[in-house]
Amino acid sequence: MKVVVCVKQIPDPNTTGQLDPTTHLLKRDGVEVVIDPGDEFGVEAGLQMVEAQGGEVTVVSMGPERGLDAVRKALAMGASKGVLISDDGLRGSDALTTARVLATAIRREGFDLVITATESTDGYSGVVPQMIAELLDVPAVTFAKTLAVEGTTLKVKRQTEAGFDLVEATLPALVSVTAGVNEPRYPSLKGIMGAKSKPLDRITPTDLGLEGVGGATAGQSITSVEAAPQRAAGTIVKDDGEGYLRIAEFLAEKKVI
Amino acid sequence: MALNKIWVFAEIAGGKPDTVALELLTKARSLGGTVEAVAFAPDAAAAAGDLGAHGATTLYAGTDPLWADLLLGGPAADSLAALVEEHHPDLVLFGMTYNSRDVAGRLAVKLRAPVITNGLDLSDGEGVVVHSSVFGGSLNVATRFEGITPAIAIIKPKSFAAEPSGGGPAAVVQVTTPIAEKHRSARVTERVADVAVGPKLEEAPVVISGGRGLGDSTNFELLDQLAAALGNAAVGASRAVVDAGWVPYAMQVGQTGKTVKPAVYMAFGISGAMQHTVGMKGAKAIVAVNRDENAPIFKLADLGIVGDALKVLPALTEELRKRRS
Repeated sequence: MKVVVCVKQIPDPNTTGQLDPTTHLLKRDGVEVVIDPGDEFGVEAGLQMVEAQGGEVTVVSMGPERGLDAVRKALAMGASKGVLISDDGLRGSDALTTARVLATAIRREGFDLVITATESTDGYSGVVPQMIAELLDVPAVTFAKTLAVEGTTLKVKRQTEAGFDLVEATLPALVSVTAGVNEPRYPSLKGIMGAKSKPLDRITPTDLGLEGVGGATAGQSITSVEAAPQRAAGTIVKDDGEGYLRIAEFLAEKKVI
Repeated sequence: MALNKIWVFAEIAGGKPDTVALELLTKARSLGGTVEAVAFAPDAAAAAGDLGAHGATTLYAGTDPLWADLLLGGPAADSLAALVEEHHPDLVLFGMTYNSRDVAGRLAVKLRAPVITNGLDLSDGEGVVVHSSVFGGSLNVATRFEGITPAIAIIKPKSFAAEPSGGGPAAVVQVTTPIAEKHRSARVTERVADVAVGPKLEEAPVVISGGRGLGDSTNFELLDQLAAALGNAAVGASRAVVDAGWVPYAMQVGQTGKTVKPAVYMAFGISGAMQHTVGMKGAKAIVAVNRDENAPIFKLADLGIVGDALKVLPALTEELRKRRS
């Protein structure tokens, strides 16, 4: 079984993201970068799938050269091959461009199952997985809490507003996994050493036959970026054993008790 | 871009539209032009009354029995794309829900149309402007659609209040586009609803959430007990404890969970990562209890108690019980 997992390198989500005031692009300089924590669940789900079914996991990523670290981490976890698509022209790409580039690379690798996170932790547009599926002309089973394959049928427990749905789809298909779907493994020392000799394709959109992608987003422009208004400073007190009384009085003041 | 026609995509369950569709219709009315709705469900036509009462003059309804079990994204995007090409709306609005997001993303590919997600407000200023917030709500961004129609916007639930327009039922136009064979294999085989106790998280006037600082999943009982003492509260959680498997995902408040705007939000043992605060900073008042006085949650709190949530919780519950009796 051929599983392709999409990963993204993002600024450390524990630091506050900032937009460049003139280009309106995410500032990446001087910021620690990590593999998107959401993607580690996808890599783990892919590895568990091929451990159960046989086959191999390819990881595909689009982003600056620094994105290699994310791909290498996935290789160290156990993926067999990595593909990184980089190009200066891809800076500031919108969801549709990102999906086009990733879908083209995925099709080139061949796949039975594509696994993504539900959204990236930095940009979180939350529509790239569905767009990739549309471009590949396969079903997208999004927000998977569990997944399994029986024969050529993908079986997913899918998050809903009310609870969950049990969903079935015929492979090939795309599935997006929620955080917490599994416990991502830590790369072993052997895995880290072995990752260095695994195939790693570093390509550009041109290599994929995509000319002139990226750049300014068609059909929309950012007209303003402003710091959100701060809440007025509140009262912060050390609990002297009667903190609970302060809260009770506060609730009474707000008329909720 | 003149707004002659705005469409709202509605999800239907049991003949009723989802609340976010009514919220979007209410907002769409204020932007001018004709407001219409689109829905795909065997009983979609039954929603014409509710949708009409909130401003939709027409409901394009796909009522094939197959819609009952199909995974919505693929076939709904197909049918919607055909309708768009026939009727030319300027703007198509979706709620930021699991299913609507699937439809909107695929529709954007089909139409090569721009899509803006995570919207919190809409305005008309030389084109439709979508207002959203990024980086955990620290920055507000306004994005204008230009040139390409239709524009597609995905708006978070609760961004607007749903208000009836006093209008009669929407005129139902049957959608007859057949559902392509390739979409029929992806199906919902069973729907399971979590058994909810007490008010819904999104609707409760008081929300009590717990995080890692509670130490252990069993301590979530302390939140349930406080909620019971309050009587009007729902219990939520941070992503960290949902990821750790302490409580179900349905309880998660934050970017990847639910957005809540209660009268009072109480955070126990939650540090206040952006992932969480984006889902609760709209609360009218915020109470936080955390051992770490430098926890970012205290920057948002109207009342902050630096202390052990495990000590404060039972004492508060007992105090509220006393006051009630």
